[in-house]
Amino acid sequence: MAFYVVQFLTGLASAASLFLVASGLSIIFGVTRIVNFAHGAFYMIGAYIAFTLTERLSGAFGFWGSIVLAALAVAMIGVIVEMVLLRRIYHAPELFQLLATFGLTLMVEDLVVLIWGPDDLVGRRAPGFRGAIDFFGQNIPSYDLFLIVLGPVVLGILWLLFQRTRWGVLVRAATQDRDMVAALGVNQKWLFTSVFAVGVFLAALGGALQIPRDAVHHAMDLRIIVEVFVVVVIGGLGSIVGAFVAAVLVSELNAFGILIFPKISIILVFLVMAVVLIVRPWGLFGKPEAAARKTPGLTVNPWRPLTSNERLAAVAALVVAAMLPLFAGNYLLTVGSEIAIFVIFAVSLHFLMSVGGLASFGHAAYFGLGAYGIAFLAKMAGLPMIVCLLLGPLLGCMGAAVFGFFAVQLSGVYFAMLTLAFAQIVWSIAFQWVSVTGGDNGILGLWPSSWAASPSHFYWLALGVAALVTVALRAMVFSPFGYALRATRDSLLRSEAVGINAKRIQWTAFVIAGTTAGIGGALFAYLKGSVFPDNLGISLSVDALVMVLLGGVETVSGAVIGAIVYKALNIWLVSQTDLSKLVLGGFIMLIVVVFPKGIVGMLEMLAQRRRKSSPPGSPLLAKPIESAE
Amino acid sequence: MRARNYFVGAAFALLAGGMAHSALAQDIKIGEINSYSLLPAFTEPYRKGWQLAVEEINAAGGINGKKLVVISKDDGGKPADAQTAANELVSSEGVAMLAGTFLSNIGLAVSDFANQKKVFFLAAEPLTDAITWSKGNKYTFRLRPSNYMQAAMLVEAAAKLPAKRWATIAPNYEYGQSAVAVFKKLMSEKRPDIQWVDEQWPPQGKIDAGPVVQAVAAANPEAILNVTFGADLVKLVREGNTRGLFKGREVVSFLTGEPEYLDPLKDETPEGWIVTGYPWYSIKTPEHDAFLKAYQAKYNDYPRLGSIVGYQTIKSAAAILAKAGSTDPEKLIAAAEGLSMPSPFGEITFRKIDHQSTLGAYVGKTALKDGKGVMVDSSYKKGADYLPSDAEVAKLRPKD
Repeated sequence: MAFYVVQFLTGLASAASLFLVASGLSIIFGVTRIVNFAHGAFYMIGAYIAFTLTERLSGAFGFWGSIVLAALAVAMIGVIVEMVLLRRIYHAPELFQLLATFGLTLMVEDLVVLIWGPDDLVGRRAPGFRGAIDFFGQNIPSYDLFLIVLGPVVLGILWLLFQRTRWGVLVRAATQDRDMVAALGVNQKWLFTSVFAVGVFLAALGGALQIPRDAVHHAMDLRIIVEVFVVVVIGGLGSIVGAFVAAVLVSELNAFGILIFPKISIILVFLVMAVVLIVRPWGLFGKPEAAARKTPGLTVNPWRPLTSNERLAAVAALVVAAMLPLFAGNYLLTVGSEIAIFVIFAVSLHFLMSVGGLASFGHAAYFGLGAYGIAFLAKMAGLPMIVCLLLGPLLGCMGAAVFGFFAVQLSGVYFAMLTLAFAQIVWSIAFQWVSVTGGDNGILGLWPSSWAASPSHFYWLALGVAALVTVALRAMVFSPFGYALRATRDSLLRSEAVGINAKRIQWTAFVIAGTTAGIGGALFAYLKGSVFPDNLGISLSVDALVMVLLGGVETVSGAVIGAIVYKALNIWLVSQTDLSKLVLGGFIMLIVVVFPKGIVGMLEMLAQRRRKSSPPGSPLLAKPIESAE
Repeated sequence: MRARNYFVGAAFALLAGGMAHSALAQDIKIGEINSYSLLPAFTEPYRKGWQLAVEEINAAGGINGKKLVVISKDDGGKPADAQTAANELVSSEGVAMLAGTFLSNIGLAVSDFANQKKVFFLAAEPLTDAITWSKGNKYTFRLRPSNYMQAAMLVEAAAKLPAKRWATIAPNYEYGQSAVAVFKKLMSEKRPDIQWVDEQWPPQGKIDAGPVVQAVAAANPEAILNVTFGADLVKLVREGNTRGLFKGREVVSFLTGEPEYLDPLKDETPEGWIVTGYPWYSIKTPEHDAFLKAYQAKYNDYPRLGSIVGYQTIKSAAAILAKAGSTDPEKLIAAAEGLSMPSPFGEITFRKIDHQSTLGAYVGKTALKDGKGVMVDSSYKKGADYLPSDAEVAKLRPKD
């Protein structure tokens, strides 16, 4: 019995650590709607700075002072980031801030190694909380007890802050309806900055408090960020109490789950999230999101099919790309194939995100399923390459059909997180089912048949498929189905009122996007000759998001450019420098500030501005003439 | 920063824009790949190790009079990126062979690439048994003692312990799974009387140490096998110390004696664990003395195990290239099979039967000395003594 009590308390201590970080994320999201990918980075910087300070300052006051000082210092960094970076892009399309915080995270990961060195750092234990307390023969670390008390205390302070201060009232009001708060004359700038500072403070405090039990190292951020997001979503976005309950739920399920299934930790949080979201679409304590009052930027710049001239330009670009084998060597051709494959992957997500308005955080699942489809067909059934390429993506299609059915019942960030949960479940199956998938050692030896083996042939294959897929998806955007899908995106209510079965349309779009991603994955398996669980992983899903956002989420085919730029740059930087993350992160942040609508979005806007500023009539009149030519 | 990537022995220059470098046509180029950005704690000393080797080789006249050039790439910890890098090295840079890699899945991905493109590959660090056995191929050789070998070394010591109830804690991925599987198999062969009472599989890099420690303690084992390392090990040790998990229990632990993983523990180092590792401070052989002196003179720092692996990878590659007198992969394979050479740990041989080197490891016990973790009572275990019989190996490895 004593054991179960102690295990329960241990779970509570884990929950407290998780809650501190999650509460900050929840507050930031609730008010600013920023999906703060850098939250883990702030957590990590908090730990690093606290490590440095605790090594310098001695004594009990030195230790606890250092923890608080570190959290304050990081909160200051957060303020600077908010003012210099995020403030510029609040009006950018939804999720664009994710790109900025992703860039920041990349930079921080390299910066901490440059500043603090590559070794794992082990900090001091907390003065007064070094030992353990005996509980009927079981030891409970006193630091755990401290955390168990701290969690509810922080919850209480936050509750008081939100319920009993004017600032708190404003924060709650903004969480419910920030447009209304702005309309009532509240200075949103400072409200957002202060909220961001508080959120970052909590993240850094959470990191600093890990010093006595953890090692400080450069991958701490990734270890926590996804888990924290999950906790926030399970609890319900913007709900602090929800975050607390979710943290306790997840930690306790883990603490007791490992007694029965020792391998459960790897997937537990995602399982819990999937179940919770299917049963309660807005998390445990969340409320349905108020209908967006946005006038979408989309209506300002209506989508149109390419003009003849633009079509010619696209064909010319394709011809030029197809001539690459005439002068490029094998390496460049293979890189070209990889980029073409990522174009397929990116446009598939783009279709779902910008046409359907459904941002998936787990799109790699269908890419990876396509790749595993190839692996099963080629290695187990021994089918020839052409058959595999036709059938392999079907696995992605099936996955998308099953998961999409559940996912499209939700919307917004809940949709995104449910797709992430599904992707992680698929990933963990690939990772754990060693006898079938080979586990993390993957499936090897999937090289293409001789007709496609040479780099130039494979390049043409990949390029051809990429072009076909892009054209097909574009055609779909301007088909009746595409219009229906856009209608569900722009106004669910109105689209349903005119008789569109929104869920079915969205589900179909999900399956189309998943199958297309599967095609990309199938080609990728042949390009690399192997399949690994990585192909289903979070980092690949994030890559796809970054490509779409970089290209411009409000464009018809911006993802093509986004994929080319991001992938080419990534491959080149990784090859040229060990600090690729630092440079790439800096580049992304620069793009975010300079091109707040993405690369293609910005180009389109410039083109339109020029059209408007030029003498009225001429370009508009010129267009039909051009088409007639 | 590029300078760290392109180490070109005596002199190097880079053109802006970056593809070309100063390697001359008659230089011998080795393409090296490792997870520099993902695992800097291991790969930084590793890089220093191979840079020292390149310097020594070129100072001694290069390889049959030709200068050795190593072109190094980061794989970011992703198998797909490692293959991109391998392709660049082979197709654009025209390297004579590939070398390096840390993670098992990346080692396997590059090994499969090498097999497909018919390129010689010397795997430095990946420990998976698959790379030389179940998924072995004729183009791939491996330097470090494998999972199986390290397990066999530890079992030799562990079997002598009186403990009968054993629990295991291992990271939930291939390395942890196969380390536990081999250890259990070999241990149960030697000691049919022991019982496996609990196993814990925390996700790699994400251990929630408190509940894990508590769960193991609840099974009340007499001895524990640990396979976690890095930050997970730190958390496990800290929780275990506070909760008294290790008190009165024997612990056998993979890799913990390596300075990369032992040094961060500082004064929290648990005492008396039986570990594999690298006690650089207590190895007194002329070969190692020479290495240690050269390393400390160049870097003003002590070597980690990664330094040894990096150093010996390039030394081995050079020995193979020198004996082959050619960069033809078939000739390199012929030269490497059965080739013996000196190393800081004494003479090693690349076995013909499975392309595994006989580099061994040190087994000893952890202890605290002046607030730091050290390995004591350590002895060198030759790799050759801890491999299965040739007949068994032949069964494990596919025919070329």
